[in-house]
Amino acid sequence: MWLNPANPQLDKKGQLHHLLTLEGLPAEILWQILDTAKAFVGSKVKKVPLLRGKSVFNVFFEPSTRTRTTFEIAAKRLSADVINLNVSVSSQSKGESLLDTVDNLSAMHADMFVVRHGESGAPHFIARHVAPDIHVINAGDGRHSHPTQGLLDMYTIRHYKKDFSNLRVAIVGDVLHSRVARSQIHALTTLGCPEIRVIGPKTLLPAHVEQLGVQVHYDMRQGLKDVDVVSMLRLQNERMQGALLPSAQEFYKYYGLTDEKLALAKPDAIVLHPGPMNRGVEIDSSVADGKHSVILPQVTFGIAIRMAVMSIMAGNKP
Amino acid sequence: MPGNPLPDAEQLLKALIEQMRPAVGPETGLIGIHTGGAWVAERLHQALKPKIPCGFLDVSYYRDDYAARGLKRDVKRSEIPFEVEGRDLILVDDVLYTGRTIRAALNELFDYGRPASVKLATLVDRGGRELPVAAQFLGARVEADPARSVDLERGADGRLSFVLSARES
Repeated sequence: MWLNPANPQLDKKGQLHHLLTLEGLPAEILWQILDTAKAFVGSKVKKVPLLRGKSVFNVFFEPSTRTRTTFEIAAKRLSADVINLNVSVSSQSKGESLLDTVDNLSAMHADMFVVRHGESGAPHFIARHVAPDIHVINAGDGRHSHPTQGLLDMYTIRHYKKDFSNLRVAIVGDVLHSRVARSQIHALTTLGCPEIRVIGPKTLLPAHVEQLGVQVHYDMRQGLKDVDVVSMLRLQNERMQGALLPSAQEFYKYYGLTDEKLALAKPDAIVLHPGPMNRGVEIDSSVADGKHSVILPQVTFGIAIRMAVMSIMAGNKP
Repeated sequence: MPGNPLPDAEQLLKALIEQMRPAVGPETGLIGIHTGGAWVAERLHQALKPKIPCGFLDVSYYRDDYAARGLKRDVKRSEIPFEVEGRDLILVDDVLYTGRTIRAALNELFDYGRPASVKLATLVDRGGRELPVAAQFLGARVEADPARSVDLERGADGRLSFVLSARES
């Protein structure tokens, strides 16, 4: 096997070959991605010829608009050919196995797969089975990981706060089902953020979440006190099975971000949300559209981050 | 080749400034190619004082050897703070060798617009061209072992000097 056995995202030289999770990704690679993205943000030239002649397959086993679109824009700005496949509505419904689907797409000469899947670990499984010259990017798998979202959140925080070493970050809401929260926690830890808090009802926090090195708060008012960054999570209705919450209204009352609760954070705190937002459930409209919100810049930075990841990976040869 | 075969970069810069003086007007766009060429362009800009600011290109995304060599670590943002369309431009680099960097720079430049003309200024020309590229303004020709790379360095005091190093694989 030519991949690094200790970390199958890396090749034997320690370079990024697949991007599957931010857990265990060395700080140096995180910084490299953030620095490279900076060169793409605000560039006057929209399109560069870096991936000319390469084919990027967006393979989405789970619906997504924003992530798929930003990956598509990123690949096109690097001059790649982009093929979008909504597998959820085609082969899988006909009973094709995941590996057969991937083998078929490989036979169409893909250079890169961008994979979203409802099952945790599916992109990892695909990465282990593709040919050595194919790169796999995880665009969100189950509850496990959403590395490019985590990276664009780090880019956004760095953009507004410059430095991670003095930051207090609160991650609020449905941490249990959130791959975004897990990616943020791993990245923040690697980049040296000293204080990460998770805030939510007990039923929506993973058991033993404090083992990730975070502080746990059930009371949102306590948890938001003096934080620099508030990262709101989407209440994942579609993943909610069983009675974890009495109602969305009740959730809003205790864990919805309102101006009044946000006033407890630092005066220059920023508010992040990965989208799509449930206004009036986890976030109030006046906060979402208010002066602390950096939710739309997140989307813009997301394109630069995805361009950076693709250009670094495609240039690394095993 | 005995001793250091490389000329004094500061002297070449002086010569280059005098060569370029008649060709640089207030509206001439100087564009340095990162990293060495950007240093040279800054110095030329200080000496020749065109009215418009200096531009910078990082051609990493346009290189034809990207597939073989990957993306270099610290890509800079290309910044051209003036209108390229219809302007006389001078591209500035430190070392002219295969000509591939200049090809990449021209490609990137034309994504910004259609300049009236583009000339090339380099401190040294070490031969070994693989593309039909020539410098209109040149400090000196040098000969160097093809196994070695000729690099410009900038000291803490801002002085430029050439060094020979082993070629990156």
